[in-house]
Amino acid sequence: MASTAWPKPDQRQLLGKRFDRLDGPAKASGTAKYTHDTNLPNMLFAKALWAPHGAAKVSGIDVSAAKAVNGVAQVWSVEPGTEVNYAGTLVAVVAASTEEIAREAVNKIKVEYEVLPHNVDDRDPAKVSGEPSKKEVPDAAGVDEAFKSAEVVSEGYYGASPITHCCLEAHGQAAEFRGGDLYVWATTQNVSGYAGSVTDAAGVPASQVHVECQYMGGGFGSKFGADQWGQICVQLAKQTGKPVKFMLDRDQELMIAGARPSVYGKVRVAAKKDGTVTGWDSDMLASGGKGGGKAPDMPYVFTGVPVIRNVSRGVPVNRGSQRAWRAPGHPQNCLITMSALEDMAAKLGMDALEFFMKNLQYTGRPDVYRDELTKAAEMIDYGSKAHPRGDPTAGPIKRGLGMALHQWGGGGHGSNCDLTVNPDGSVDAKIGTQDLGTGTRTVIGIVVAETLGIPLERVKVNIGSNAYPNDGASGGSTTVGGVSSSARDAATQALNIVLDKVTPELGVPVDRLVARDGKIFDADNPSKSMTWEKACSLLGQMPINTKGSKDPKDGTKLTESGVGGVQMADVSVDIETGVARINEMVAVQDCGLIVNLKTAESQVYGGMIMGITYALYEEAIYDPVTGRMLNPDMEFYKLAGLADVGKLKVHMMTGPGYDDRGVIGLGEPPVISPGAAISNAIANAIGVRVPIMPFTPDRVLAALGKGGAVA
Amino acid sequence: MNSFEYANPNTVEEAVALLASEWDETEVLAGGTDLVTSMKQWVAAPKRVVSLKNIKDLQGIEADEKQVRIGAMATLAELIENEHIQKHYPALITAARGVGSSQIINQGTVGGDLCQRPRCWYYRAGLGLLAQQNGKSLVKDGDNRYHAIFGNDGPAYFVNPSSLAPALIALGATITVQGPQGKSREIKAGEFFQTPKSESEREYGLQPNEILTHVTVPISNLKNATYEVRERQGLDWPLVAAAVAFNLDGETASDVRVVLGHVAPVPWDVPSAAKALDGKNVTEESAAECGETAATGAKPLSQNGYKAQLVRVAVKRAVLAATGKPMET
Ligand SMILES: Cc1cc2nc3c(=O)[nH]c(=O)nc-3n(C[C@H](O)[C@H](O)[C@H](O)COP(=O)(O)OP(=O)(O)OC[C@H]3O[C@@H](n4cnc5c(N)ncnc54)[C@H](O)[C@@H]3O)c2cc1C
Repeated sequence: MASTAWPKPDQRQLLGKRFDRLDGPAKASGTAKYTHDTNLPNMLFAKALWAPHGAAKVSGIDVSAAKAVNGVAQVWSVEPGTEVNYAGTLVAVVAASTEEIAREAVNKIKVEYEVLPHNVDDRDPAKVSGEPSKKEVPDAAGVDEAFKSAEVVSEGYYGASPITHCCLEAHGQAAEFRGGDLYVWATTQNVSGYAGSVTDAAGVPASQVHVECQYMGGGFGSKFGADQWGQICVQLAKQTGKPVKFMLDRDQELMIAGARPSVYGKVRVAAKKDGTVTGWDSDMLASGGKGGGKAPDMPYVFTGVPVIRNVSRGVPVNRGSQRAWRAPGHPQNCLITMSALEDMAAKLGMDALEFFMKNLQYTGRPDVYRDELTKAAEMIDYGSKAHPRGDPTAGPIKRGLGMALHQWGGGGHGSNCDLTVNPDGSVDAKIGTQDLGTGTRTVIGIVVAETLGIPLERVKVNIGSNAYPNDGASGGSTTVGGVSSSARDAATQALNIVLDKVTPELGVPVDRLVARDGKIFDADNPSKSMTWEKACSLLGQMPINTKGSKDPKDGTKLTESGVGGVQMADVSVDIETGVARINEMVAVQDCGLIVNLKTAESQVYGGMIMGITYALYEEAIYDPVTGRMLNPDMEFYKLAGLADVGKLKVHMMTGPGYDDRGVIGLGEPPVISPGAAISNAIANAIGVRVPIMPFTPDRVLAALGKGGAVA
Repeated sequence: MNSFEYANPNTVEEAVALLASEWDETEVLAGGTDLVTSMKQWVAAPKRVVSLKNIKDLQGIEADEKQVRIGAMATLAELIENEHIQKHYPALITAARGVGSSQIINQGTVGGDLCQRPRCWYYRAGLGLLAQQNGKSLVKDGDNRYHAIFGNDGPAYFVNPSSLAPALIALGATITVQGPQGKSREIKAGEFFQTPKSESEREYGLQPNEILTHVTVPISNLKNATYEVRERQGLDWPLVAAAVAFNLDGETASDVRVVLGHVAPVPWDVPSAAKALDGKNVTEESAAECGETAATGAKPLSQNGYKAQLVRVAVKRAVLAATGKPMET
């Protein structure tokens, strides 16, 4: 019997090698259809009107002029009395025969507001609301005493501005009722679980909701359910009896479709003169929207520091609510922790690498981090480039190195796979998962092909529909562990059925049969063999169908949780202009058994690029006067371009100690460290800490004391 | 965008005749990289759009010994590739290249660059060119990190967005415009821009029914350069730019012009800085002093003090670059 367990290194045919994405050609040629591309006969287009105030009450709304516009089919609007808690809140939506007509009608809607006071300032301690949360280890007196008796104490102020998800494909969906059933084309991280979010609006049970998402342009934690806009879309489709497409505009996307909370505050670190950290004391303001917020528990990664105090106060702000943003809490926690620790290293006059190495006993995986730090240092040529804080060379361009460590879980989520092997040898796998652009489709194909010993092209992968066996939401880096497990389980079961047919034909005991290179053969005598097609023809007329799950019935464990990573950045900062540029960044990452090395590396490149973006440019800017987001566009909501990212290098940790852990997710880990590594590199270059991210020229100059004007 | 009438005239006379005598009734369409965006955002909603695409007289770049004539419809790409521009006006090349995106460089025109509307985020959000609410400026109490540090006594606080303008002014260019009845006028580039006093005015000195037809740049021996400070290397706006031009006799500078971009509602000519360099040998020190003088008198708003520092550096580096000794960055 073939074993469900992952094959040993010398037996792997496809696992861990490089494969192009199965859907690459479709995406590159534009034949891949995203939700945004869904165009159905007689479709109506919906456009929204949003509230332009940070806080207000709708005192009156008149949509009659919009309804009178030729081509307008239906208008949804809020009731008078509705409270607006942030600018961008949808107050009316028009469905019309063209986008232009819908937009024109939207402009004719009259809304009266009672404007209320708002707050968008998330850094003012006076605006705190509710009880602070506090954690003290061992206790208050213990923390105070530890800092009083500390050999060295370093203090600083650090923070991360709010950012959004800025998915290239905005949120939204198309919906149509056909014969009483609802069909939804959604851009979602959760096809299997999406139906429940539209049943109320649809007035039909989930069993009559068909959800489809073949391709999607980014989610990053912001796209699970249908949201208010998806529900309005369904309602409009129901009322008009026509298909309706409602995608948010870019400005709405940036204002209301999710944000990463901001965190700012003071940190004290206590240490011995030899560099051993002895205490952590942080007092943070956190803000994720109207509900305030809570800072993550600090310190990050170095969680074993013996003395810890965390105080977190929430600042309610009138801005679109927070949503899980790729590794929720981790990038901010990493930034603040690694910055505060590196400041201590600088204060001690100690090399940062040596300092982090010295304190690895406080991490959960000291050996892994030691290996990863060593590898990253080698990749960036740390030995010859490192210098103490403050580049001593002459001229305005200062160069520096910085590093950060991160961690993540990433165990597979619940997953089910239906696998069909046809008598002609063709194979088809069905999983109710979605490919966020990460390569999920390809991973499933690789696992099935590896297991059956056939080429990747022989496997047809079906995902992106709730008609397929359900699979967890793609959040928390859980997808690859889930789908690879269920696909392995289903394929192993199918293989065993085929092998049972082959055994008598070849006269070889089943345990000696190997499926590889499109053949089934005797391990002891490879010339005794049969092609995969021939083997499948032994099935007779009927295909076989197997059902795999993330937790195979035979108890095999195929996925694990817990990864670590290290990133280092080499930056140049112009101390006369404050402009920081990335020369090079290196990432060293483990994620257990790698299925597709190419897309695994891509994931890390993507994480670094997204991280460079939030480190240097990205910021959701809110207007204190109107409460509106001032940069809900891609002009001043700045994302890095190719010219901005420098040279990127990735190394995946593989081999003994890594591969044998099983498959682990990689969605979030690589995006955690960049902000911290870049912050440390800038401090190392210019000699002072730039406290608040993103590290834009105005902030860098302010840190250098050059922010002011001539008198 | 709104429904509008689209006109595609063949001559400047026809085009002018199609333009209304009130602002906002009609708009001129060149490359459309700015106008179309504004229309999609309903910041502009003209009843008629008059395209200049078919007007031969507005195209191309021509040169004789004395001057280079740049048609309003010449694209930024044509400007960058033109041998005369390359030979005489590095300040213009750097400015046009700085626009950063090949799409915009290929599509955007010289006339469009000069007449493009400000990028002030209050204006682009539909809150008016002067961004006032109940007679009060939103900019002063709001987020003004990208706003003016000069010429900001009100009511305008936006910055002029054109990258070409400071260079053209420093090079002594003349802008020719044509209005009804075939009347054309010449305006010194430095006098083309204006600070609007009310919402009904524009930030340049065209009449609503006038078209910018071409720009003439005298050929001289002026050393010239532009230096821009940009946050991103790709598609982005300069935070501050400086264009300089001067005669260099041996090491000595004369006939100096220093013009700043992105610091005021108009391209900001700084004669005091020019004077600071005039008659001096161009060195790191004199260039820095020129920059220091250029920043003098800046009146930053609550968040844009850093721009004064950027002025110092941009001017210093532009001066050094003009002499062919650019600072390596
Ligand atoms: C993200 C981004 C970054 C950019 N960065 C820069 C930059 O760094 N520096 C820079 O200078 N520009 C920059 N641009 C702007 C770009 O250069 C302009 O959009 C372009 O030059 C406008 O030219 P156009 O021909 O497309 O003008 P259009 O969009 O056609 O017209 C612009 C305006 O000028 C008017 N107009 C055009 N031609 C004439 C004429 N002949 N007579 C009278 N009125 C006329 C139009 O009515 C309209 O109001 C950037 C744009 C974007 C989107």
